[in-house]
Amino acid sequence: MSKLLEARQLCAFYGPTQVLFALGLEVEDGGITTLLGANGAGKTTTLRSLSGMCRTSGEIRFDGKTIGGRATEDIVRLGIAHVPQGRGTFSRQTVEENLQIGAMTRSGRAAIAADVERVYGYFPRLKERRTQQAGTLSGGEQQMLAVGRAMMLRPRLMLLDEPSFGLAPLIVEELFGILRTLNKQEKVSMLLVEQNASLALDLADHAYLIETGRLVMEGPAQQLRDDENIRKAYLGY
Amino acid sequence: MELFLHQVLAGLATGGIYACMALAVVMIYQAIDHLNFAQGEMAMFSTFIAWQLIQWGVPYWVAFVLTIGISFIAGVLIDRIVLRPLHGQHILAHVVAFIALLSIFNSTAGFIWDWTIKNFASPFGSGQLFGQSLIGPHDAGMMMVTIIMLVLLYLFFRHTRIGLAMRAAAANPESAQLAGIRVGWMNALGWGMAAAIGAVAGMLIAPVVFLEPNMMLSILLYGFAGAVVGGLTSPGGAVLGGFMVGVIENLAGTYIPVVGREMKLSIALCIIVAVLCVKPSGLFGRPVVTRV
Amino acid sequence: MLLRPETREPPVYAVAGLTLAQWKVILLAAGLVVAAIIPFALKNFYIFQITLAIIYAVAILGLNLLTGFNGQFSLGHSAFYAIGAYTAAIMMENLGINYVWAIPAAAAVCFVFGFLFGLPALRLEGIYLALATFALAIAIPQALKSSVVEEWTGGVQGIVIIKPDAPFGLPLNSDQWLYVLTVVVTIIMYVCAVNLVNSRTGRALIAIRDHPVAASAMGINVSLYKSLTFGVSALYTGVAGALGAIAIAFVAPDSFTFVLAVALFVGLVVGGVASIPGTLVGGLFVLFVPNIAESVSKGLAGAVYGVILLLVIYLMPSGAAGLARLVTAKLMQRR
Repeated sequence: MSKLLEARQLCAFYGPTQVLFALGLEVEDGGITTLLGANGAGKTTTLRSLSGMCRTSGEIRFDGKTIGGRATEDIVRLGIAHVPQGRGTFSRQTVEENLQIGAMTRSGRAAIAADVERVYGYFPRLKERRTQQAGTLSGGEQQMLAVGRAMMLRPRLMLLDEPSFGLAPLIVEELFGILRTLNKQEKVSMLLVEQNASLALDLADHAYLIETGRLVMEGPAQQLRDDENIRKAYLGY
Repeated sequence: MELFLHQVLAGLATGGIYACMALAVVMIYQAIDHLNFAQGEMAMFSTFIAWQLIQWGVPYWVAFVLTIGISFIAGVLIDRIVLRPLHGQHILAHVVAFIALLSIFNSTAGFIWDWTIKNFASPFGSGQLFGQSLIGPHDAGMMMVTIIMLVLLYLFFRHTRIGLAMRAAAANPESAQLAGIRVGWMNALGWGMAAAIGAVAGMLIAPVVFLEPNMMLSILLYGFAGAVVGGLTSPGGAVLGGFMVGVIENLAGTYIPVVGREMKLSIALCIIVAVLCVKPSGLFGRPVVTRV
Repeated sequence: MLLRPETREPPVYAVAGLTLAQWKVILLAAGLVVAAIIPFALKNFYIFQITLAIIYAVAILGLNLLTGFNGQFSLGHSAFYAIGAYTAAIMMENLGINYVWAIPAAAAVCFVFGFLFGLPALRLEGIYLALATFALAIAIPQALKSSVVEEWTGGVQGIVIIKPDAPFGLPLNSDQWLYVLTVVVTIIMYVCAVNLVNSRTGRALIAIRDHPVAASAMGINVSLYKSLTFGVSALYTGVAGALGAIAIAFVAPDSFTFVLAVALFVGLVVGGVASIPGTLVGGLFVLFVPNIAESVSKGLAGAVYGVILLLVIYLMPSGAAGLARLVTAKLMQRR
């Protein structure tokens, strides 16, 4: 399988402060990669760097093309959908409008309408609430809406920032099941950032571990999951 | 009773002005999530441009359309050039920039066209409308144009993709970026539209209050008041709010003895504040529900 | 496998060999020395101008407490300035009370007024509060002109105040004495403000500004604090108004229009929101920049002012205080 996303020597800065130090990571085409780490380790910053939302140096390639230094709007149009931390819901707009916004870069009314129905197929609860103000949805529903919005882009790669955050375990299970389906059926590759290591390692093929801005470990998800020492030392379980 | 009716209708007539301004205010608020304090001065400046074109012999409706176009472009340029360096800064810094623009437009207009009052023609003519004397042809024309603009804006925002993109960019710029929306250009578009609407408002208002550099100051305030009373999320509410402010102001001036000419503005604003205390998002605004 | 962090002492930062705390003391001392020299080094007119700049700084400090530290957006502080000024004027001219008592009286009146206005203002947020305060700024001069209170306020003509002389036969002229009085009052008020901001109350105010829901959840009585802050803020600006009235020896409704409210607001942002020393820069800006603009071009004074304002806000979007912070950060090295 080829590499869909490749980052080399990726450094990120907030103002004068450097927060990522020479990261190197890859996402296989069609695979799910997870980036694990504690609070403040730099997981969100990594995703933001890939989306062009902070100052970076180093090389980022998507499908062979360099995207480092490009504007976020352009990176998105190449087929990368970023589901941000906190869901990024358009609270004042309705559920349906949220999905329409997700499709803003696409043309073809019929195709978009079909995709809206497809999203509702995955998330029937959203269909029930299609005319409701998105800000009134529960956390789980807003997370589903965020994923649905990302899907409207028909992305090749989805960046997910802590999708399990603040959600009840049953909902999380449901959500991750849908992510697995998306990956297998819609061929959406994923880079999943998570604090909940066990969940992420169940879903992903490949895993990275980041600590204060530096990668300290990488390997097949299975390996990290099965190695008790690693789990106890780094993943807390 | 007849006095009451008369005052209500007169209030509706002036309210038309405020409704027009209120619409422009809500427009810009929907587009950029700020209130633009320089709105009135920009509208005034546009009106002067229209006046100048007419002075140079350009026919009224041609000047009208040209002014709208020029104002639109100016609005876009102001956002892209003047406001760009403040991107991402605290909202108070933006407000200071608006104040600076206000000062620049006001002073420059006075400098170029001096501070004396000028007449600005009404395209609706004068005289009596259908033989009654309560609402003149210009007042009616003004209300009609305001309502047409309102309908067009409603259709634009609710039923076009670019309208939705603009609303998204204003509501949540980062998420909008992640949806591929070019937020910078959406903001600029919003500014352009607000400038254009302001120009229309100015050109409608000038025949009534006479054209001079300070004409928009109190009107902008009434416009804000109308927009706030109606609810900043509701253009229809803003228009209604504008009319209400006009009526309230007139009735207060007529029936409350303490209120002389100078106090009319204060009383109207006091009542607006009272409304806000009871309904903080305005009468027709949708309260913004946020989860803790 | 796990890195065990070495325990280290927290680093000490310094600029040119002195810590920030030491620098603050030096600058404060230098400021006081300069303040002491001014009445003897400058001509009367300049002393008068500096006095006014300091008065504006105090007014801006009042606004800062409300908007900068407590997050309540006010575009109406000219109203409190006016009330302070008129209270002082009425007490001095109509009631014959000595100016020394007029100032605390103005403070008390403004506190009450501010607190009362703060109560309904609790329901208003952001832009709505700005509008309400702006309405107040417009209403007050109109109310002062109204025939109902003309007997006390002198209507459109206002009240003329007799400028007080230096007491105890001190060898200072009127301007010098007023300068000294203003500086003394200002120092007291600034010290109080610094103490307030650094106290538990100050932290409560800032918490309310940054996250009212969390603040309330932590047991802070948000409504009470917000109204009290309105009162205190009005108090400060009212004292400035009283001092201003005495310094200019005249109060009239048209001196206190919304133009003043906007100027105070601009001064707040230029000095630096939530910066107490910044208010001094703000005060200087409010006093001198309009004059500079006018001297550049009489006909386009407003436009020049606007351009200067834009340039200032481009260079210092977080105000003078923000710029100072940036410069200090660049100069700081580990000691």
